[in-house]
Amino acid sequence: MPETVIEAKGLIKKYGDLEAVAGIDLEVRAGEIFGFLGPNGAGKSTTISMLCTLLTPTAGVARVAGIDVVHDPAAVRQRIGLVFQDPSLDDQLTGRENLEFHAFVYSVPAQDRRRRIDEMLDLLQLADRASSQVKTYSGGMKRRLEIARGMLHQPQILFLDEPTLGLDPQTRKSIWTHLNELRSTKGVTIFMTTHYMDEAEYCDRIAIIDRGKIVALGTPEDLKGLVGGDVVTITSTKPEAAESEIKKLLGVTPVRDNGSLRMEVPDGKAFVPRLVRELEAPVDTVSLRRPSLDDVFLKLTGRVIRDEEVSARDRNRAMASRWMGRRR
Amino acid sequence: MSVETASPTLMTVPAAPIDTRMASLRAIYIIWYRDILRYWRDRWRLVASLAQPLLFLLVFGSGLSSSLGGAFGRGTGISYIQFMYPGIIGMSILFSAIFGAMSIVWDREFGFLKEVLVAPIDRWAVAVGKALGGTTQAMIQGLILLVLAPFVGVKLSLLTVVELVPLAAVLAFGLASFGVAIASMMKSLQGFQVVMNFLMMPMFFLSGALFPLTNLPGWMTWLTRLDPASYGIDPIRRVVLSNSGLPNVNSLGLTINGQVLAIPMEAAIMLAFGAVLLGVAVVMFERRD
Repeated sequence: MPETVIEAKGLIKKYGDLEAVAGIDLEVRAGEIFGFLGPNGAGKSTTISMLCTLLTPTAGVARVAGIDVVHDPAAVRQRIGLVFQDPSLDDQLTGRENLEFHAFVYSVPAQDRRRRIDEMLDLLQLADRASSQVKTYSGGMKRRLEIARGMLHQPQILFLDEPTLGLDPQTRKSIWTHLNELRSTKGVTIFMTTHYMDEAEYCDRIAIIDRGKIVALGTPEDLKGLVGGDVVTITSTKPEAAESEIKKLLGVTPVRDNGSLRMEVPDGKAFVPRLVRELEAPVDTVSLRRPSLDDVFLKLTGRVIRDEEVSARDRNRAMASRWMGRRR
Repeated sequence: MSVETASPTLMTVPAAPIDTRMASLRAIYIIWYRDILRYWRDRWRLVASLAQPLLFLLVFGSGLSSSLGGAFGRGTGISYIQFMYPGIIGMSILFSAIFGAMSIVWDREFGFLKEVLVAPIDRWAVAVGKALGGTTQAMIQGLILLVLAPFVGVKLSLLTVVELVPLAAVLAFGLASFGVAIASMMKSLQGFQVVMNFLMMPMFFLSGALFPLTNLPGWMTWLTRLDPASYGIDPIRRVVLSNSGLPNVNSLGLTINGQVLAIPMEAAIMLAFGAVLLGVAVVMFERRD
């Protein structure tokens, strides 16, 4: 079992009467991609900020890379890489200059500077644009540059707060490819927050956080297991007939929704062939779906993560930064 | 579980413990260097920052020069535009030093300050780096105006330039430190206008850049002597004009109790002001989250 690189016990952060983080316990092992999943305001950013020594916990203990975050924040910061939720690049400088700045303030040895910068630019596929000013970069390139920067001082753990916020799906996917590559080539542990359910699938383990507390923790598969089974949906030109046959022959009660029938079954892969074989009513389409993390989240918290709210906020954020960017 | 596939032997740990003194020096250097790089890259700012001094000299200076005629200078032989010219160099330094330091507020607004503040470096190094960056920019902005000397009837010599560089540096340092101290207390760009109106403009008007600080009403004499910029602009004027064959400039200079201050004394006052304000900036930086 790999060593534990992040350890939190009873971590609490209070703002006056408001308990933003209400007692969090977790352990992250070396080489893991650990996802922190929850809606806005659940306490994700507050938790990550405490682990990164940017906020002091009200109570509890956290050790990152074996060092207590309260006792020696500077030592922790030297050993972690940070990618903030909001942009933090100097867009008047080139990509390379941003990395050089970082190499200096993180005391990367002079003889390693150039080599490491080139390596990171290559890894994140920014080498050909390294000499362009960051203001000419796309959103995805800026993120990649921030990830390259966070990795430059060879941290043990890379913390990313909503690294894919506001990016289009394709760019998000490429960010994930890069993160996976960094994990496998550099052996870095990745701790990240997200509210995109589909992204949590890339993580080795996920903690679902709601109202400042972890409500579930495990692999994406473990968590989906909490819902219990697969979701099978069929469409039929004779839904009534199909429904009664399914009840009689297969012992499952489907839910009718217009022309389709939806049922939850323990083992979908075995169920579908039986269904097709035994049903006499015409079946037009069959779909088998694993329960998604949305289903898990709904089950655990009684709520869904609303993407519309999130995207409205993203839009505002993007607009604000464009407006400010132009004024610069 | 896929967790086990990653091997902990690949882990990279920073090797030797870092020499914090060297780390601070490196940080000061790169923070300074970034400011210079940005200054150099922003050519428009360079051009735009020349417009204001030119406007003052051409319009204000020429206008007042011709209306005052020989009445200005009380027999020193100094015309108004000659008197004003070193003051405008001082103005350029004053404005650029404070503007330069205000980039801290921009950095905060655009997030880059976070990158600096979370780095494992001492906070004092951040304040010092910013102050030195502002100092350098302001010095260049002031000294660049020396090219205008022939147009206002001021003769330049190598000696003038040699004496002027340290004096411009001291004035720039004092005001840049002042700017960093102010910027470290400001949360947003909104406060910027306030700083402009209530600090920079009064400092400029009371500094002796535009009129001699002698024979003023009592209350104004007090305010001008409290204005740190006065102690930076006066020696610049004395050096520029006396080296240009106008030795009587001292009679228009800064006095305390009727006594003309020695140039090294003025420079020392300016330097002390800068050091104290830089200290304030350091404390403010150490304090913030």
